[in-house]
Amino acid sequence: MGNELSPQEKIVVSPQSFSFENFALENGEYLAEVKIAYETYGKLNGDRSNAILIEHAFSGDAHAAFYHEGETRPGWWDKMIGPGKAFDTNRFFVICSNVLGGCAGSTGPSSINPETGKQYALDFPQVTIKDMVAAQKRLTEHLGIEKLYSVAGGSMGGMQVLQWLVSYPHAMKSAIPIATTARHSPQQIAFNEVGRQAIMADPKWNNGNFYDSEIPRSGLSVARMVGHITYMSEKSMAEKFGRRQKSDQDTTKFHADFEVEGYLRNRGDFFVRRFDANSYLYISKAMDLFDVSDGKHLSEKFYELEAKLLVLAFKSDWLYPAYQSLDIVSACKVAGVPVSYIEIEANFGHDSFLVETEKQAQLVRHFLTRVDEQVN
Amino acid sequence: MELPIQELQTERIDYRIILNLVEPKSRVLDMGCGDGELLYLLNQNLATRSQGIEIDHDQIMQSVERGINVLLGDLDSGLTDFKDNSFDYVILNNALQELRYPDDVIKDALRVGRRLIVGFPNFAYYKARLQFFFSGRTPVTPSLPFAWYESPNLHLLTIEDFKEYCRKRKYRILSERFVRNQKEISFRPNLLAQWGIFLITR
Repeated sequence: MGNELSPQEKIVVSPQSFSFENFALENGEYLAEVKIAYETYGKLNGDRSNAILIEHAFSGDAHAAFYHEGETRPGWWDKMIGPGKAFDTNRFFVICSNVLGGCAGSTGPSSINPETGKQYALDFPQVTIKDMVAAQKRLTEHLGIEKLYSVAGGSMGGMQVLQWLVSYPHAMKSAIPIATTARHSPQQIAFNEVGRQAIMADPKWNNGNFYDSEIPRSGLSVARMVGHITYMSEKSMAEKFGRRQKSDQDTTKFHADFEVEGYLRNRGDFFVRRFDANSYLYISKAMDLFDVSDGKHLSEKFYELEAKLLVLAFKSDWLYPAYQSLDIVSACKVAGVPVSYIEIEANFGHDSFLVETEKQAQLVRHFLTRVDEQVN
Repeated sequence: MELPIQELQTERIDYRIILNLVEPKSRVLDMGCGDGELLYLLNQNLATRSQGIEIDHDQIMQSVERGINVLLGDLDSGLTDFKDNSFDYVILNNALQELRYPDDVIKDALRVGRRLIVGFPNFAYYKARLQFFFSGRTPVTPSLPFAWYESPNLHLLTIEDFKEYCRKRKYRILSERFVRNQKEISFRPNLLAQWGIFLITR
C-alpha cells in the first residue's frame, strides 16, 4: 500500500470493547449478552461535542485507522481518518465499532451462546441494520456522548448512517451517507443471494455447524469472489488485469489462466481466513431486509432531522448506482433538509470510497469544517 | 430593512444588488450557485438558510469549501422534489439565457419560491445594437462575451423582452435594477444597461 508510514510515524491503536445485557432486537428476540468491539482515534473534548461515528461496510471491522501493534497495514479507512485528514483526529474524536452479527470482536453467530456454552451458529437471531445501530447508540451513551458531530460511512456503512438519522433524528449534527441506498434493489439482493447459496452449497457448512470441524472454505471463497466483482468496475478490472495470463507452470485443467482469475482466488482465500461464513449469511441478509423507511417515502422520516447531509455517489459504481443516492437527496429536498450532493468522477466502481479517496476526502473535510457555522 | 450597500464585502455589483433585495433570515435557493460566493455573502450578512444547485464539479467543491449546501444538478430539472413555497427567494442570476426551457424553469422557480430574483445580460444594450447594425455580426460585449460558436447562451433577451414576458405571464415585478460598467443606472435601461436584475412574484 502506498500510504504505509515508516514505523516511527505509525500511530498505534488498541481494540476496546463494551458489553451489556438483555438487548431487545427488532424481531422480538433477546440477546442475553452483547459485546461490541470498537476503536477510537483522537480525543473527546470537554463538552463531548466532537465525536464522529464511522460505520463500516459489509466485511469491514472496527479497525478503521492507525495500526495495531506490530501491524504493517493500517485500518481500512486510514486514508480518511487521522491527523490533518478528512476526519481530522486533531479536532475530532472518531469512533468505529464492529457491527452486531459480525465476526471481528462483536457478538455474532460465531460467539459463544451463554445458554449452551457453544457457538450460536444458526441459533443466532436475525439481527437487522436497526439492531446494529441500536447497539452503537448504547456504545455512544456509554462513552457519554449525547449528540454526535457526525455519522459517516459507505455502502452498508451508509445504510447504518441512514438508520441513525431515522432512529435517532436528534442525535447528530450532520451525516455523510456514501455510495449507499435506502433499500436494496432486486439486483443487489440477487448478488447477495448468490453469495449465500455458495456458502450453503458447501457441504462443510453443515447447516452452520462447522466450528468444531473444517470451515466452508470453498463456499465462502466463491461468495467473496462474486462480491469482489460487484465492488469493481469493468474499467478498473480492464486496467488492473487486461487479458494478461498468469506465468506459472500449472498444467491442471481449468487452473487460473488469467490474472483476474488468480486475483479473485487470492481475495477469496484471504477472506476465509478472517471472516465467518455464518456472519456472511446474517449480515448480507440484514442488508437485504433493510428498508430505512419501511416502504414509505423516505422524506416522511426526514422531517424531524436537525442534521445537514453530505451525500456522495461514484460515477463507476454500478452496485450502488447514483440514482439510489439521489433518492436520499430527493427525500432531503422534500423535507427541507439542507443537503450537499455530488457524484464523484471515479474509476474504481463501488470500491471507490475505499480506494479513490482524494476528492471524497476534500469534500468531507470541508463539509465537516463548516457544520457548525450555518445555523439551520 | 436594506443593508447599507457599501458594508458588503464584495466588488460585484450584481451581488450587492441581490443582497439588497433579500430580507434577513430568508430561505434562499440559488440556481447555478457557481463557487457559492453569493450564498456565502447572504448567509454571512443576512443569516439566510441557503441551498445551491450547480452542475460544475469544481464549482461544487468550492461551494462546499465555503460551507454552502450544494446539489449537483442541471437547472432545467433541478427543482423537482422541492415542495411549493420551500423558499422565500429563488435566485437565477446569469443563468436564464443558458436554460433550455426558461419559461418552465421560471414557472417552477415561482412554485418552490415565493419570489424570484432574475439577473441577465441585456441584449439591447446600445453597444450590442451598434455592433449588430454596423458590422452585421452577432454582438460580442463584456456582458455577452462569447462568439456564436462557443456561446452557452441559448435564449438572448432584452430588458423590454423580460418586462413583456412578465406582463404576459401575469408575474408581478416588485423591483427592477439596472447595471452598466459595475454601476447602477436607471435612465433608459433597455438602451443603456448591460444587466437587468428583477425581483418578481406570482
